[in-house]
Amino acid sequence: MPNSTNLFIKITYFVLSVCTVHNVMAEVIHSERSLYRNIIVEDKGDLRCLKFNVKSNKTRQSCLLKSQPQQLVFNYTKQLLTGLLINPEPKRILIIGLGGGTMSNTLHKLLPDSYIDNVEIDHSVIKVARQYFGFLENDRIKTYSQDGRVFVKRALLKKQEYDWIILDAFNGDYIPEHLMTKEYLEETKRLLSPNGILTANTFSSSKLYRYESATYKAVFGDFYQVSNDNNSNRIILARNNGVDGKHNSANTVKLINGLLAIGVDAKQLLNSMKSTAMHQDWPDDSPVLTDQFSPANLLNIDTD
Amino acid sequence: MQTANNPVNFCNLYIYFLAFTSGFSIMCIELLAGRILAPFFGSSVHIWGSIITVFMLSLSFGYLLGGKFSTHSASLNRYGAIFIIAGLTLLPIVTSSVWLMESIFLAVEDSRYGSLLASTALFFIPTIILGMLSPYSVRLLVKNSNESGQVAGKLYFVSTLGSAIGTIITSFYLVLWFDINTIVMSVSMVLSLLGVITIAVAKMNTSFYKAKLQRDISHA
Repeated sequence: MPNSTNLFIKITYFVLSVCTVHNVMAEVIHSERSLYRNIIVEDKGDLRCLKFNVKSNKTRQSCLLKSQPQQLVFNYTKQLLTGLLINPEPKRILIIGLGGGTMSNTLHKLLPDSYIDNVEIDHSVIKVARQYFGFLENDRIKTYSQDGRVFVKRALLKKQEYDWIILDAFNGDYIPEHLMTKEYLEETKRLLSPNGILTANTFSSSKLYRYESATYKAVFGDFYQVSNDNNSNRIILARNNGVDGKHNSANTVKLINGLLAIGVDAKQLLNSMKSTAMHQDWPDDSPVLTDQFSPANLLNIDTD
Repeated sequence: MQTANNPVNFCNLYIYFLAFTSGFSIMCIELLAGRILAPFFGSSVHIWGSIITVFMLSLSFGYLLGGKFSTHSASLNRYGAIFIIAGLTLLPIVTSSVWLMESIFLAVEDSRYGSLLASTALFFIPTIILGMLSPYSVRLLVKNSNESGQVAGKLYFVSTLGSAIGTIITSFYLVLWFDINTIVMSVSMVLSLLGVITIAVAKMNTSFYKAKLQRDISHA
């Protein structure tokens, strides 16, 4: 009897100490309230994360390992790089939704000659990216503090073109409604060069999934989906000239080595790509989101 | 005496109901304004700044105008006409908002002033007309100066309650069920229809009273 009491005390002590250590480890090093959201930068040992919401882990926007800032922490950021397997040498890249700026940094390392335009609505996020995430800007990497939709429309007027557009704009919950509609995707498609590609980071576990999928298909035709079983992100990879279009073979040694250096296995990446022409995992009659009908974030509330 | 009062009360209830509807419509449209402007001007915080500014400004002018208008032979007829005009002035939001916003987008680079101009062009006039309804309702409801404060209080209560309900219904449900244009179109049609009904009621009332008066005269 005393023995088991002793054991109980030991276990309790152990559990408590683990919890305490855990709490000590997560340290908020910066927090501010911007015009749009609460921004929190949190250190947990070697891991530094940008969060837009205190409560849940789901809202981590961007993370990096302080000792190895080049390594990509999130699966979805690795999966976004499938774009390079289709279009290995994009000269002009547009990233909508900055986060910590890790995607921009990674792409600059992989493609030092490419021009990268970052668009971020929240000026505070840009400041935090510069200050805490080593977000790099130079004569090839530019940042615009603007709404993504407005930037795209203005870029079209200036007859600009991009070889790769990355849609990664999130607010606290999900993608803003006006950045999910058919009209918006048509605008981004018109901004692509003839062989241009578009990758979008989306969630795969909500009612919105089929609406979103149907909307992409309505604009781009069939596309590639990249996802793992163990995460809730799905990357949409769409091409201006369709899935069957000619593509540059991506087996250049340089690219594969470059990807390996940042912890990305090109072969595994290639295997995780599935064309919706072969396998469509949403019903055909799913409604398309438009500027007229886009209750996106209301649909997102009810997860299946 | 008692029988003479009853139809009047019924008529008052109807006016309160109309004030509720105008409050509902104003906030329903204001909420949709954010959605209507977003494709051209984004969803930055200054978009809401533009929208709320324009709505508040036009409501203030509407109150002034409605009050002024109510001093000259106020009638249920004219009240109904305001509803019909309000409904009609909402129609351009459905028919011409895209090219209007497109041309403003091309002309004005700064999305702050672009959105201010666009929301002025789309919402200024219909909101003025809708704002006119509140003071006009007070004019129709007040019978003696003693009760004027209470009537105004009740009217603010009803129309602001309408605004609250219009906001929540639109943002929680209507956008989930319908296209934006369908919602605006329905609001426009409901307002116009209520206007027509109001005028019909006014006509019926006058003929009713005429008949009653004639009956009273012949009885005497």
